[in-house]
Amino acid sequence: MKLSSSLAASPAAGSAPPSPENADAHGARPSGRERIAELVQRQGVLAVLLLVIVIASFVYPTFATLDNARGVTVQASFLAIVALGMTLVIITGGIDLSVGSVFALGGVLAAWASQWGVLPALLVPLVVCGGIGLINGLLIARAGMAPFIVTLASLLGARGLLLALTDEGATTYLVPKGSFFAELGQGSVWGFGYPILIALALFGAGGLVLQRTSFGQTLFAVGGSSDAATLMGLPVARAKIMVYLLSGLLAGLAGAVNAARLSSGVTIIGAGMELDAIAAVVIGGTLLVGGAGSVSGTLWGVLLLAVIQNLINQIGSLNSSYQSVVSGGFLILVVVAQRYLARSRRTA
Amino acid sequence: MTTQATAPAAQARPASRPSLPAWLQEYGVYAAVAALLLFNAVFTDHFLTTDNLRTQLIQVAPIVIVALGMALVIGTEGVDLSVGSAMALAAALLPLYLGYGLVPALLVALLAGAVVGAVNGALVSVVGLQPIVATLALFVGGRGIALVMADGQLKQIVNPDLLALGTGSVLGVPLVVVIAAALALAVAFLVHRTTFGRQIVAIGGNRSAAALAGLPVKRVLTGVYVLCGVLAALAGILATARLTASDPSSLGNLMELSAITAVVVGGTPLSGGSVRVLGTVAGALLMQLLRATLVKHDLPDSTAQMAQAAIIIAAVYVARERRSR
Repeated sequence: MKLSSSLAASPAAGSAPPSPENADAHGARPSGRERIAELVQRQGVLAVLLLVIVIASFVYPTFATLDNARGVTVQASFLAIVALGMTLVIITGGIDLSVGSVFALGGVLAAWASQWGVLPALLVPLVVCGGIGLINGLLIARAGMAPFIVTLASLLGARGLLLALTDEGATTYLVPKGSFFAELGQGSVWGFGYPILIALALFGAGGLVLQRTSFGQTLFAVGGSSDAATLMGLPVARAKIMVYLLSGLLAGLAGAVNAARLSSGVTIIGAGMELDAIAAVVIGGTLLVGGAGSVSGTLWGVLLLAVIQNLINQIGSLNSSYQSVVSGGFLILVVVAQRYLARSRRTA
Repeated sequence: MTTQATAPAAQARPASRPSLPAWLQEYGVYAAVAALLLFNAVFTDHFLTTDNLRTQLIQVAPIVIVALGMALVIGTEGVDLSVGSAMALAAALLPLYLGYGLVPALLVALLAGAVVGAVNGALVSVVGLQPIVATLALFVGGRGIALVMADGQLKQIVNPDLLALGTGSVLGVPLVVVIAAALALAVAFLVHRTTFGRQIVAIGGNRSAAALAGLPVKRVLTGVYVLCGVLAALAGILATARLTASDPSSLGNLMELSAITAVVVGGTPLSGGSVRVLGTVAGALLMQLLRATLVKHDLPDSTAQMAQAAIIIAAVYVARERRSR
């Protein structure tokens, strides 16, 4: 309920949207049209996802198999973990372009450290990637620099660090075979791979934090209007630092788990991942201007992108270039629809 | 306030004591380029040779051309992530239409850039999307369209006229460098001497005020994105001519980041309201020279990337000091 209030935020008008606390007052007597708009806004992606899945199951018998579902979801779980951090960042009105590089860096660090056991393999990437996120957060929240530029710089910096660690990409660190760390990426419980379970657990925690804690409410307030949140006495700087730190940690963790799954630290992955993550977040209904959004929407957004990719593979005759065309088309469709729904609700 | 940054130094507010941050913000990028050249003149063998400078200029020319369009977009408080895709699209179309002659092929490729820009511009100005989101869609989809058109393949370019665009020279200066320099002059003229340029700066400074003042906000915004798309397509054509092959899968990768970096390091604020054309050219040169310098001193690519990151942060930090005063 509270999420919907700041939909009226318009990048052009620059006016402060109502704070989340006002939401219930506004939403007391929504008109029918308003209610439908809100439903589409919040559950539209899920509806599209289900529709695509149902149609695909009828058309392609190979799609609706358990094996295929497992494959798709394991693939998607890494982007999902990264996109979770991105959701929090975007809700505060920021953006994190560094996640693709940090994801790759986390993988290389994990593979390198895995020779000493599972604990270093997780701790080293988390410390380094969290450190990068912390620096992002400090520069943005304390020095007042634009998130776009700060994280663009750390995109370059993290990739530079990764190249330095791997002798300019010449060295590939391998995860020892049969180690517990490799099991983390490759093992499964009742057929569900650990990466899926990790992603689901993180999304559960993320949803609880966002909806049920004062920290979560602070994030919405900061995204709605940073100035108003400051006047309300909320710890704005701390909240901003926290989301970039979390984004770095999650991207690093996703990279580490991915390295465990691939048994090696691959240096060339993660390029462009930041934009996939942003696309998933936006498709999931989180507004890039900040102040509104949900982690569940992001999860559906990630799955929709993954299903599209899988379908194009199923069709076979289409080359993989169509995947980005369709993803881009969906992105336009969703954001334009969001925009008009937000507008109709404001005038309703 | 910020519009003053575009004005020549003479028009700037008379500062009683020019502070270091203010000076750095105004001239820092030129000073840095000069310092790098000086450093190389002394410490790097064979750096200040005609051959090497030629190579550096040829390499930086496409980035400059894209960055000029990006500077206009950023001047309106926007950003265009789709420039790399526009380059790829132009490159993919070239071999398909070269059969009809060079001029039709070039026109189709440039038109594709204009269409990309028009879509971005319409999404930003008419629909009212945030520029990052609006241009993200074509960043994702544009390269896909290019690959679909090219059948995912790299195609050799055999048209001698087109290749001459990439390798030819005028009075010893490579043609691509001449084109980039001419475009920089044209964009500088556009920004400082035309109504359109003033409207760009006014809209970037305060869009609501510009709209209230009766400026054609939607038309100007769309025009800016179309210009950016056309410039990116031109850069794609020139890069393709130089490579002697159309490579839609990798041409223009990360170009949006290079262009944004050049613009920002050149002193144009991301918050719009000011366009520094010469600064943008200098910003692109600085990043190019920095990389070349490090490579010549046998420092690896990783160091170059970290140094670039540091320069971006420093440039933006300096700019921030100035504005907060």
